[in-house]
Amino acid sequence: MTETIIWTVVILTVLGLVLSLVLFWVARKFRVEEDPRIDEIEKTLPGANCGGCGFAGCRAFADAAVKAGNLDANFCPVGGSEVMKKVAAILGCEVAETAPRVAVVRCSGSCANRPKINEYEGVQSCKVKAALYSGDTGCIFGCLGCGDCVAACGFGALSMNPETGLPEVDESKCTSCGKCVAACPKRIIELRPQGPRGMRMFVSCTNKDKGPVARKACSAACIGCGLCEKTCRHGAVTVADNVAYIDPAKCKLCRECEAVCPTGAIHGVNFPKPLDKDAVKKRIAERNAAEKAAQEAAANPVKKEENNG
Amino acid sequence: MAKLTFSIGGIHPADSKLARDRKIEVLPLPPKVYVSMFQHLGAQAKPIVAPGDKVKAGQIIAEPGGFISAYVHSPVSGTVKSVAPRKDLAGYNVMHVEIDVEGDEWAEGIDLSPELVTAIPEDREFILDRIKMNGVVGLGGATFPTHVKLNPPPGKKADCLILNGAECEPYLTSDFRILLERTDEIVVGAAVMQKVLGDCPCVIGIEENKPEAIAAVRASVARLAYPGIRVEVLKKRYPQGGEKQLIDAVMHRQVRSGGLPIDVGAVVQNVATSLAVYEAVQKNKPLVTNTLTVTGDCLPVERQHNYLFRIGMPLSYIAEQAGGVPEGAVKMVSGGPMMGKAIANLDAATVKGSSSILYLSDATRRKPEGPCIRCGRCADACPMGLEPFLLRKLYAAGDAVALEKNAVHDCIECGCCLYSCPANIPLLDNIRLAKAQVMGIIRARNAKK
Amino acid sequence: MLDVVIALVPALLVSFLFYGWSQLLVLVVSCVGCVGLEWLIARFLMKRPELFSGMSALVTGILLAMNLPATAPWWIVLIGALVAIGIAKMSFGGLGQNLFNPAITARVFLLVSFPVQMTNWSMPAGSFVEVDAITGATPLSVIKEGLKSGLSIDDVLAANGMDMSMLLRDIGGSSGEISALALLAGFVYLLVRRVVKPWIPLSILATIAVIAAVFHGVDPEHFTGPTFNIMTGGVLLGAFFMATDYVTSPMSNWGGVIYGVGIGVIVMMIRYFGSYPEGMSFAILIMNCFVPLINRAFHQKKFGRA
Repeated sequence: MTETIIWTVVILTVLGLVLSLVLFWVARKFRVEEDPRIDEIEKTLPGANCGGCGFAGCRAFADAAVKAGNLDANFCPVGGSEVMKKVAAILGCEVAETAPRVAVVRCSGSCANRPKINEYEGVQSCKVKAALYSGDTGCIFGCLGCGDCVAACGFGALSMNPETGLPEVDESKCTSCGKCVAACPKRIIELRPQGPRGMRMFVSCTNKDKGPVARKACSAACIGCGLCEKTCRHGAVTVADNVAYIDPAKCKLCRECEAVCPTGAIHGVNFPKPLDKDAVKKRIAERNAAEKAAQEAAANPVKKEENNG
Repeated sequence: MAKLTFSIGGIHPADSKLARDRKIEVLPLPPKVYVSMFQHLGAQAKPIVAPGDKVKAGQIIAEPGGFISAYVHSPVSGTVKSVAPRKDLAGYNVMHVEIDVEGDEWAEGIDLSPELVTAIPEDREFILDRIKMNGVVGLGGATFPTHVKLNPPPGKKADCLILNGAECEPYLTSDFRILLERTDEIVVGAAVMQKVLGDCPCVIGIEENKPEAIAAVRASVARLAYPGIRVEVLKKRYPQGGEKQLIDAVMHRQVRSGGLPIDVGAVVQNVATSLAVYEAVQKNKPLVTNTLTVTGDCLPVERQHNYLFRIGMPLSYIAEQAGGVPEGAVKMVSGGPMMGKAIANLDAATVKGSSSILYLSDATRRKPEGPCIRCGRCADACPMGLEPFLLRKLYAAGDAVALEKNAVHDCIECGCCLYSCPANIPLLDNIRLAKAQVMGIIRARNAKK
Repeated sequence: MLDVVIALVPALLVSFLFYGWSQLLVLVVSCVGCVGLEWLIARFLMKRPELFSGMSALVTGILLAMNLPATAPWWIVLIGALVAIGIAKMSFGGLGQNLFNPAITARVFLLVSFPVQMTNWSMPAGSFVEVDAITGATPLSVIKEGLKSGLSIDDVLAANGMDMSMLLRDIGGSSGEISALALLAGFVYLLVRRVVKPWIPLSILATIAVIAAVFHGVDPEHFTGPTFNIMTGGVLLGAFFMATDYVTSPMSNWGGVIYGVGIGVIVMMIRYFGSYPEGMSFAILIMNCFVPLINRAFHQKKFGRA
C-alpha cells in the first residue's frame, strides 16, 4: 500500500518535471517577438472588434498602426479623437483632430408620407429586396424598411420605428463605424459630423427623380426645386440630379433652408428651440428686399447723387 | 421513340396550361407605345431619334451600344413624343422612346405578305446581317442577341442546333400556339439557322404534353424536307427547357461549369426566336412583334388569351384588352411562375422577351418559413447538382471561398429548390445574392489576370 | 411528418392488440409528454414560440412509446419524453438542429438509468389476442444469457419454446418491435409517398445480413443467423423509422449508404461481442455523431463537373 503511494508520487513528480522542461523548451524555441506597443494600443482601443476602421479587429488595427509608425491612414471611428490621441501618444506621433460623426438616415418616407403600392413577400432583407425590384413604394431611392442596417449595427444604435417603418439612430450609442452605411443597398445612411451640441442640418431624401415623380411617390421628398440653394448665403446647399445636399463643412446652422423647403425634406435636429418658419421666412424676405434695394441703388448711382445734391 | 430528358434533379410541377386551346389574337394598336432601350442582354441601345421625329413601323430607332447589344425598331408608325427614363417592370428607371401612334405605315422593304418563303439564302454573311439589322434576340428568356450566338468564335463549330420547344414553365402557352399556328415558318427559320451554322443537324425538342405540336411540326418537317431536321419528344419535367438541361437531354453532353453551349458543339434557340429569324431573314421584318399569354389560376378559361402584341405596348393596355385584372389576383408575374419576374409596375412597357401576364391567386402566396430539417429535397431537385441548403448556410456565414467551391455560380436560378422545400425556406433568394457575390469575385480575379 | 404518423399506425395497432390498455397508456403519456414539453420549453423557457414544431414532437412521442416496454410505468415514460425533447432536441435549438435522434437518446438514457423496468418484457394483463407463448424476455437476451452459460443457440431456443415462425407474428420486446409485417407496411407507405429514400434501411439490413451470414456460416453454434438478427431487437423499427430521420441522417444517397453500413456493423459487433443483447439504439446514436462528417465528405454529383 505504502509502496503504491510512493511510486505514484515519484512517477507523477518526474512526469511533471519532464513535461515542464519540454514546455519551457517549446516556449523558448517558438517565442514570437512582438512589439509591446501592439498590446498597449489594443488595450487603449474600445475593443469592440467592429471592423469600422477597415481592419479585422482591434488587434489588427493596432498591428497596422505600429507597423506604419503613424496614424495617417488609420482611424478608429468608435473611439474617436480621444482614443486616437492616446494611441498617438503611445506611438509618439501626431494625429489630426477629427470631428465626431454620427449615422444619419436620409429618408423621410414614413408609411404616412409614402404610401405602399405593392406588397413584398420575399425574404425580409433589404439586399434581397433591392435585387428583385425597386421596392414596395413609388420611390425607388428610399428606405426599403427590412432593417439590414439594424442587423448590421453592432452597438444597438439602430432600431426600426414600427410607426414610420424607418430606422432610427440612437445618437448616444452610434459610434459611426459605418457598418450600416455599407449594409444599406440604397445608400441612404450617411456619416455626418455631429455638429455643435449635436445640432446639424441634412436633406432627408435621396430621390433623384424629377420633382413631380418624386412628389407623387412621397409627400416628404426633395423635389429639387432649388429654393434652399437660392436661400443659402453660405454656399452650403447644392442641388444635383434633382436632389439637394447640404455640405456640413459650410453649413452655419441658420435653418433658413429648412424654413423655405416646401416639402419638409430638410431636417434640423437637436436645436434647442423649434423652428419658427414664418419668422425665418419674414427675415429672409426682408433681407432680400434690402439686398434688392441696395442693388438698385448701386445700379443707379446718378440718381442717388442727384437726390443728394 | 424514347423520350429524352436531362440527368440530374428536376421537379414535376402541375402543368396548368390553361390557355392552350386559345388561338393567337392580334391586339389592336394602343394610342401610345414606350420602347425600352434595354430589351436585350448586354449594353443598352442608343436612341437615334429625337422628340418630334416621324417614324414608320419597322424603322430603326436605336443602335447597339456595344458588341453584345441589339438594334431596336419602332413597332408602330407615328411621332416620337419623348426620349426619357421611364419605370420598367421592376420599377427601375430605363431609357424609353415614347411614340404617339398614327396609322399603321410600315418602312420600305418589309414583306408583310403571308406567303411562306422557303428558299434559304446561300450567303451566310447576308443572313447574319439581316438577323443583326432586324434586332433579333433570343426569346427564350435571356434575350441574348441572336447574331452573336449564331456566330461562334473561330475554332468552335456547332455540331447540333437545338430548337427549344419545351416550354417547361407551367401556364405559358405562347410557344405551343406558335408551334401549332406558325409551324412552317418556325421550321424554315430552323433551316436558315442551320445554314448559318454550317449545315449542322437540327433537333426540335418538344415536351410530351404538347402532342398536337409534335404532330404538326413532324408533318411540317416532312413536307418541307430540309435535310437534317428531326423532332425529339422530351419528358415533361422542369427545367427541361433550361439551355444546359436541354443539351444534356438531346446530345447527352454536359456543358462544363463556366462554359458555353458552343464548347460542346451545341447552339440552342427558342422556337419563338426561330420564328423571328424567319421573319428577319426571309421577310426582312424586324423583331417588333411577339406572342404573349394572358393567363393565371384565378382567370376563367374564356378570359385566357394568346396575343400577338407589338413591342412597347404597356402591360396595362394588354391587361385591359384582356378584360382587366381579375378578381382574386394577388400577384402579377411576367414570365412563368417558376422563373418569371413579379410585375411591380403594370404601366411598364412590353419588351422583346415578354412572354406572359400571369395572374396568381392567394393560394400561390409564400407560406411561413420553418426550420430546415435537412431532408435534402432541394439537393435532389437541383438540376445543376448543387446543395441549396448548404449554399444558404454558407452565404449566411459569409464564406465566399466555400460558396465558390460549392459551385454557387453554376446556379441557373430555376427555383426547383424553393419549390421542393417542405419548410418553405426562400433558398433561391439567398442563393441569387450569393451567386452575384461569387460571380463578382471571379470576374475581378479574371480581370487581374 | 403526417405521413410518418400514418406509416406508424399499423405497428401501433398491432402492439395495441398485443399489449392492450397499458400500451395505450404508454403511448398517450409519451405523446402528450413530448408535445406538451416542447410547447412549454419553446414558449416559456426559450421564449421563442415559433420553435414549437407540433407534428415532429408527436412523431418523437410515438417513436419513444414504441421503444419502451408496455409495462413501463408512466413516470419513466415522462422522464423519457423530457430527455427526448428537453435534452436531445430543444437544448440544441429545436427542430432541425439536433445532432442525435431524440427518441433513441431517451431510450438509451432510460435503458442505462432504469435497467430493471426497461427490460421487463413480460406480457401485461389485458391483451386482446390469445398469445401462444408468453415471452418474458426478448429472444436476443434469452440467447445471450444462454450462450454465456455455455449452451448452443438451438438448445436455448428449444429450452424456451421458441421457433423461427414467431418472427412475423409476435416477438417479445418493445412494443414497436413485435410485428415486422406492420412495420414493413408502414415503410412501404413512406417509400410510395416519397417521404424517405430506401438506401439507409437497405444498407443497414444488407450489412446485418452479410455479417450474420458470415459468422453464422462459420460457427452456427454460437452466432445467430441473418433472418433472426434482422427480425429481432428493433432492427426493423430502427432501420425504417429511426435511422431515416432527416435531421440526424446524411443527406446524400451515398452518405446514407455509409451511414447504414456503419449502423449495421456496430449493431452486429455489439450483439456478437458486446455485453448488451442488442445494439440498434447505440449503433444509431454512434453513427449520428458521424453524420456531419459524412455530409462533409459526400456531395451531390454536380452538373458539368464530372
